[in-house]
Amino acid sequence: MFSSTAQAAPRSLMPVQGSTVAGYVDSLYIFLLIASFIACVLVIGGFIYFAIRYRRRGENDKTAYITHNNTLEFAWSFIPFVIFMVAFGWGWWVYDKMRSFPENALEVHVTGYMWAWDFMYKNGKRTTNEFTVPVNTPVKLIMTSRDVIHSFFVPAFRVKQDVVPGRYSALWFEATKKGRFQVFCTEYCGTGHSAMLATVNVVDLEEYEDWLQVDPYRGLSLAQIGQQIFEGRCLVCHSPGQDRKVGPGLGGLFGSQVELDDGTRVLGDENYIRESILYPNEKITAGYPAGVMPTFLGQLDETEVLGLIEYIKSLE
Amino acid sequence: MHGAHSHNYLNHEKGLWSWLTTLDHKRIGILYMISVFIFFFIGGIFAMLIRWELFNSGSSDPAMYNQYMTFHGAIMVFMVIIPGIPAFLGNFFLPLQIGAADVAFPRLNLLSWYCLMVGAAVAFFSLFASGADTGWTFYTPYSIQTDTGTIWLVTGAFIMGFSSILTGLNFIVTTHKLRAPGMTFWKMPLFVWSLYSTAILQVLATPVLGITLLLLVAERILGIGIFDPRLGGDPVLFQHFFWFYSHPAVYIMILPAMGIVSELISTYSRKTIFGYKAIALSSVGIAAVSFFVWGHHMFVSGQSEIAGIIFSFITMLVGVPTAIKTFNWVATLYKGSIRFDTPLLYALGFIFLFTIGGVTGIILATIGTNVHFHDTYFVVAHFHYVMVGGTLMAIMGGVYHWFPKMFGRIVDDGMARITFVLIFVGFNVTFFPQFVLGAMGMPRRYADYPVAYEALNKISSIGSWTIGLGFLFALFVIIHALKRGEKAGDNPWGAMTLEWQTSSPPPHENFKKQPVVTAGPYEYR
Amino acid sequence: MSIAKTHQHAHHFQSAEHQFESAKLGLWVFLSTEILMFGGLFVGFFIFHGIYPEMFKEGSTFLDWRLGAVNTVVLLLSSFTIATSVYHAQKGNQKAVVWNLAATIVLGSVFMIIKYIEYSSKIEAGLLPGQMFSYEAAESANLALYFSFYFTMTGLHGLHVLIGMGLMAWVLMRALKGEFGPGYYTPIEGVALFWHLVDLVWIYLFPLLYLVE
Repeated sequence: MFSSTAQAAPRSLMPVQGSTVAGYVDSLYIFLLIASFIACVLVIGGFIYFAIRYRRRGENDKTAYITHNNTLEFAWSFIPFVIFMVAFGWGWWVYDKMRSFPENALEVHVTGYMWAWDFMYKNGKRTTNEFTVPVNTPVKLIMTSRDVIHSFFVPAFRVKQDVVPGRYSALWFEATKKGRFQVFCTEYCGTGHSAMLATVNVVDLEEYEDWLQVDPYRGLSLAQIGQQIFEGRCLVCHSPGQDRKVGPGLGGLFGSQVELDDGTRVLGDENYIRESILYPNEKITAGYPAGVMPTFLGQLDETEVLGLIEYIKSLE
Repeated sequence: MHGAHSHNYLNHEKGLWSWLTTLDHKRIGILYMISVFIFFFIGGIFAMLIRWELFNSGSSDPAMYNQYMTFHGAIMVFMVIIPGIPAFLGNFFLPLQIGAADVAFPRLNLLSWYCLMVGAAVAFFSLFASGADTGWTFYTPYSIQTDTGTIWLVTGAFIMGFSSILTGLNFIVTTHKLRAPGMTFWKMPLFVWSLYSTAILQVLATPVLGITLLLLVAERILGIGIFDPRLGGDPVLFQHFFWFYSHPAVYIMILPAMGIVSELISTYSRKTIFGYKAIALSSVGIAAVSFFVWGHHMFVSGQSEIAGIIFSFITMLVGVPTAIKTFNWVATLYKGSIRFDTPLLYALGFIFLFTIGGVTGIILATIGTNVHFHDTYFVVAHFHYVMVGGTLMAIMGGVYHWFPKMFGRIVDDGMARITFVLIFVGFNVTFFPQFVLGAMGMPRRYADYPVAYEALNKISSIGSWTIGLGFLFALFVIIHALKRGEKAGDNPWGAMTLEWQTSSPPPHENFKKQPVVTAGPYEYR
Repeated sequence: MSIAKTHQHAHHFQSAEHQFESAKLGLWVFLSTEILMFGGLFVGFFIFHGIYPEMFKEGSTFLDWRLGAVNTVVLLLSSFTIATSVYHAQKGNQKAVVWNLAATIVLGSVFMIIKYIEYSSKIEAGLLPGQMFSYEAAESANLALYFSFYFTMTGLHGLHVLIGMGLMAWVLMRALKGEFGPGYYTPIEGVALFWHLVDLVWIYLFPLLYLVE
C-alpha cells in the first residue's frame, strides 16, 4: 500500500531535504551528532582504557584514594552545560523558523479522521489522501480532526504537528523540490494508524493552477467516481472482495442478505448502503464492533454517495 | 534453595503461606523478584510478537499488533521497570545497607506487593475483555472511544500506582528514621541515596497519575467530558496530566539503576567512589528538575511555542547532573584495581548504553530537531537505550552482584558472562538500527511500514531474538545457581557496604548485633 | 531504651517513641500524596475556569452557598472536636476521647446528609456531568463541564469524608477498649491528621465552587 508513493524513504540517514527548513534541521542534527560522537568516544573510550590499564593484577593491589577534584568536576559540569545551551539556542532558532508563519502563505485546510486525510482548497476543490502544492511557495496547513488526535508529518519537510479534534492547529512549509513526498500520521489513532497515509505532490506553479481548476470527476462514470472515493477513503477498512479487514469486505454485498448483530437480516440494497455510509451505527454487521466507522455525513455530496453505491454494486 | 544449614531468612519459616503473609522485607523483596521476572517474561513475549510482525513489510493484522504494543509497553513500564529496582532490590537491600532490621512499615510493604498483584490481575483481565489498544500512554480521546477492554488496563495501572506510592512512602520514612547509629546522610551508600530520590518521585508524582487515570475511568463509564472534545473538554490536558507523572516516572526507572551502577563500579574497582557528594546530590537534583520537564513530550501537541521553548531549556538542565554522574563513574575506574566479574560487565554495559541513550536524549530535547524525530523510531530507540540499556542492565548487574547475599550461593561466572554478551550485542543490534529508521522518518506504533524500511527492521528483529535468548539463558543460569551454585562467603566481592557485614543469606533480623557506622561506604584504601 | 510500657513497639524500632515519630512522618508523606491528587483536579478546574469563566459563573449560581457555608462550619467544628480528642488522649482522659470522636462522626454525618440534599436537587434538575446532563435552560453550551468538576471534586472529597468516618469508628472501638493513653495514641493522631486534610480540601472547594466570580 506504500508503493504508490515515490520518495517514501530515501536511502540516506535523513530523508531528502524537501523544504526550506530541512537544511536548518539537518545542520543542527549534524552538529549534535558530532558532539554526541565526541562525548561517546570520551566516556566509552575512557572507561575501556581505564578498565584495561587498571585491571586487577593481584589480590593485594593498592588503589588510589581520590574522593573528588573540584577543577575536573567543574569542567565536566560546565562544558556539557555550554554545549547543551548551544543546542538549546540553536534549536530555538530553528524552531522559530518553523513556527513563524509567512504572511501570504497559500492556505489549505486539512481534516484528519480515522483513517484518512481530507484536503480542502479555497476554491472548493477537495481531495483525499493526496494533495498538490506549488514549489517554492509557502503553504500553510490549517488542520483539525473529526475524531481522535492525529499528527501530520512530512519527513522530507521536517515538519510535524498534532491534529486535535475541537480546535485548529497549523504548520507551514515551503517545498524546494518537485516530486511526491510521503505524509505519515504520527499520533497513534487506532487500528488503521499505520495506513493513515497521504502524499504531497509538489509541482510547478502553472501545473498547480491547472490542477486546481480540474474537476477530478470530469469524464468519469458514476462507478469510476465511486472507485476513486473507495480507494481513498474506504479501502483502509473494507476490502473490495470478501476479506475481513477492520470492517467487512464489500464484494457481493449488493443484493445479498446481511446478517446484523441483533440477529436480524437486512437486504443489501441502495438504501442500506446509503445508510451505512451516512449513519454507520444504525445497523451493525454481525461479528463487527459498533462505533468504529466514522460517519461520512456532510463529507460526501450526493454524486459521490451515488458513485459509491454504483461501485459497490459492481463488486463481487 | 535452602542449602545453607545456618538459620537465615529463607528457612526462618516454612511453607507457601509463610511467604504470602511475611512481613520480612527480604522475603517481600523475593516475592517482588518472582513477580517481576514473570511479568518481564510476559512483556518479553509481547516484544517478540511485535518484532515478528515487523519482520516483514506488509501487515497481517494491525489490530493485533496494536494490542501487542499496548501490552508490551504497559507491562514493561508499570509491572517491570517501575517496581523492578526499588520494590525488588531496594526492598531487600535498603534496610540492609543502612543497618536496619526492616523497613519502617512492614505491613504496608506487604500491602504494596498485594496492590501490585491485584493491579496486575485487573490489568491482565483486559486480555479477556477484548484487550486494549491505546498504547501504554492512554491518550484521550482515543482511549475514550475505543471499545476494547482498555478500562481494565487503566484501572489496573491505577491500583498498581498505590503499590508504588506505598513503597516510596516506606522508603522515605525508613531512610529518615531507621539508619544505624553513626550513619549520617553523607555516609549512606549511593544506592540508598538513589532510592531515596526515587521514593520522593514515587510519592509526589504517582498521585497525579492516580487522579488522571481515575478521571479517565470516569470518562469511560460516566462520560464526564473533562478530556472529551465532544463534550467541551480538552484532550491535550490529559497529556499534560499524564506526563506530569510519567516524566518523573522515567527517573523512577533510571535513578535506582544509577545507584546500583555506583555500587558496582566502586566495588569491582575496589576504589572509593569519585565525587560521592556530587553523585548523591545529582540524584536529588534530577528528581527535583524532573517535575518541570513534562512538556518536552508535547512539543508538537499544540501547546504554546513559548511553553515548548521553556520545556526544552529545562530539559537541557537535566543533562548536566546526568553528565556529572557518568564522568564520575569513569573517573572512579582511574587507578583502580578492576576485576571483570559479570556485575562489572553489566555496569560498564550500562555506561555504554546509557551514554548513547543520554546523548540522543539531548538531540530530542533540542526543540528544532525534536519536531522531526518526535513519535518516530528515534524516540523508541532512545528510550530503550535508557530503559533497557540502562535499567535492565543495572537490574541484571545488581542481581548477579547481590545473588550471593540473597541466596548464599555463587553464580557461575562463565555462564553469566555469556548472558551479558548475548544481551549486550542483541540489544545494540535491535535498537541501534531504530535510530536510523527514526531519522529516515519511520513513525512509531506502526503495524506496517514502507518497503524502504524493511532491511533495518529485519536486522532489528534478529537482534531482538538474541536478547530473548540472552534472557532465557540468564534465567537458566540463575536457576542453576540456586540449585547447584557454590556456597558463597559473607563477602565474596570484598565490598564495604553494610549488607556484606552480615551472613549470607542474612538472618531474619538482618544483623545479629546492631551495626555501628564509623566510616563512609566506599573506604577502600 | 524503652520509654513507654503501655504499648509494645515493633522489633525494628528502638522505642515506642521512635515508632511514633516514624509513623507520623509516614502520615505526613501520605498527606502530601493526597494533596497532589486533589491538586491535579484543582489544576484542571483552574484551566477550564480560565477558558470558560462565564460558564463557571453560571454553574455556581445553581449551588446554594448557604448549604455550602453550613457544611464549612460543620467541618470546621469537626476538626475542632477531633483535635480535642487527640488532646485528651495525650492527657489520658479516656471518656473525653470517646465523646469527641463520637461528636466528630456525627458532624461528618451531618456534612454527608447536607451533601445528599444538595446532590439530589442537582440530580433532579438534570444538572449532571458530561453526557448525563439534561438541564434544558442552560445559557452556556458546555455547562455540563462545570458539573463534571463539581461532582468529581465533591464526590472524591465526600469519599474521603466517608473513609475518615470509617477510620474514626474503628479508632472509637479501640478507644472504648481502652487501648490508648499518653504512651500510645498514634491511630487517633493519624486519623485526626487525615481529617484535617479533608477539612482543608473543603475549605478550598467551598469558595471555588460556590462563590466563584
